[in-house]
Amino acid sequence: MTSVSVIDELKKAQILELLEQGKRVDGRALDEPRKISIEINAIPKANGSARVYLGDTEVLCGVKIQPDRPFPDVGDKGMFMCTAELLPLSHPTVETGPPQAPVIELARVVDRGIRESHMVDVSQLVIEKDKSVVGVFADVVVIDYDGNLFDACSYAATAALLTSKTPTWEMVDDQPTVVEGGDKQLPVSTIPVSVTMGKIGNYIVVDPNGDEWASMDSRITITTDSDGNIVALQKGGSDGFSQEEINQCGELSVKVGAKIREQLKSAQEESQ
Amino acid sequence: MGGRDATMVLLDENGIRCDGRKIDEPRRIMIKAGGLKNADGSAYIEFGDNKILVGVFGPRDVHPKHMSNTDTGILRVRYHMEPFSVGERKRPAPSRREIEISKVIKEALEPAVMLEKFPRTAVDVFIEVLQADGGTRCAALTAASVALADAGIPMRDMVAAIASGKVADTIILDVNNEEDQAGQADMPVGYMPSLKKITLLQLDGVLTPEEYKKCVDVGVKGCEIVYELQKKALHDKYFGNRKD
Repeated sequence: MTSVSVIDELKKAQILELLEQGKRVDGRALDEPRKISIEINAIPKANGSARVYLGDTEVLCGVKIQPDRPFPDVGDKGMFMCTAELLPLSHPTVETGPPQAPVIELARVVDRGIRESHMVDVSQLVIEKDKSVVGVFADVVVIDYDGNLFDACSYAATAALLTSKTPTWEMVDDQPTVVEGGDKQLPVSTIPVSVTMGKIGNYIVVDPNGDEWASMDSRITITTDSDGNIVALQKGGSDGFSQEEINQCGELSVKVGAKIREQLKSAQEESQ
Repeated sequence: MGGRDATMVLLDENGIRCDGRKIDEPRRIMIKAGGLKNADGSAYIEFGDNKILVGVFGPRDVHPKHMSNTDTGILRVRYHMEPFSVGERKRPAPSRREIEISKVIKEALEPAVMLEKFPRTAVDVFIEVLQADGGTRCAALTAASVALADAGIPMRDMVAAIASGKVADTIILDVNNEEDQAGQADMPVGYMPSLKKITLLQLDGVLTPEEYKKCVDVGVKGCEIVYELQKKALHDKYFGNRKD
């Protein structure tokens, strides 16, 4: 459901024609993401939350932190899970019901980027080994659609996690019990940033908007961490990339990602 | 949310409630018409600590086709809560409660919408509860009416909604989460003030016949307050100086 706009061939031809002159439909440079605005603590009742606008795409993430049973084989680690959902009010073509493949892909790519960066330090989220651990759930919902949900959802989840407060639990009578006044910052080790690039004809554009998303031949999402390492990658769409293009995209993701990371950092600092 | 204070005083000797309100005083209500770019009509409401977004699409083709009616349009409503909207994380799939509330809100809106003007089509109302704090169905119904009006769908009236109830043997207006949990009765009321018709009414709790009448009356009076705010929201969007 992530490439839903019906776009006529004329529009696609126009996008391509502009790219040949080095221009994009909305006037951006090819390696320029749209304006990102981040509103921290949009949902005060969640342990952490963020509303993110990426151009006209709007998403909201709420983080819930609560005790949970550990997975049997990893009793010495807490849990982290990130989900993403397209709300039916985000676009006329979105239908209710179980998520379709594109939405499942979206949720998994967003989860993977954050998980693989080891942003959330799950080793610190153990209440009692093999018995009770802390579960961190970052649920992202799409409120308004204008392309590139991968990055919008990822930024919202990251911003919400960066500003999340977690209660402290201790075992009392074999039950995890909240320690009064034990709220602390969620242990976070790095800031993952995903950068999605679309390929239209032979051009690579950063952060495709809705029209570009509907006309692109393929896409690639690359997530980098604070040290500039590439931690996750997903290629999608029905065309391929050359090796040079893949290298170019890797460089772009580090360069563009660094700027976006600064913005996430300042959102975190402002919230404190 | 979460650990509720068992010693909480719902109503003190001066007639002041647990959140500082008087018995006939609604929570802070803020309604905004419009806001969503893709929806045909939309509204956002903050009702106390409730935060609810509504998007309306249509009249449009019906899928699946067998649901369409050759005599009239149909109204479809989905009420849905985000996993992070409540104290303990809610599983994202619709619960039985959400399915029931969707139906109740649909049936509360149907009398207001002139569906007969659009045979074979559907109007879809999507309600997303971003943060919940008691009284979400009323706040959702209130916002849904504004979103339908914002979508330009012909209506006989708007439905305004608010809950009345009983705490500490007193009939009160606008039941909050604590009062709903610890109080004696909760009565959500949906009402079309111009047509003077109640289109949503539910009750859980125990009321004497006198209290019941009083409760309905308090609810209807509350809806009239909400109605003014609904009209103001539309007025602000279409006749105000705000850019939207």
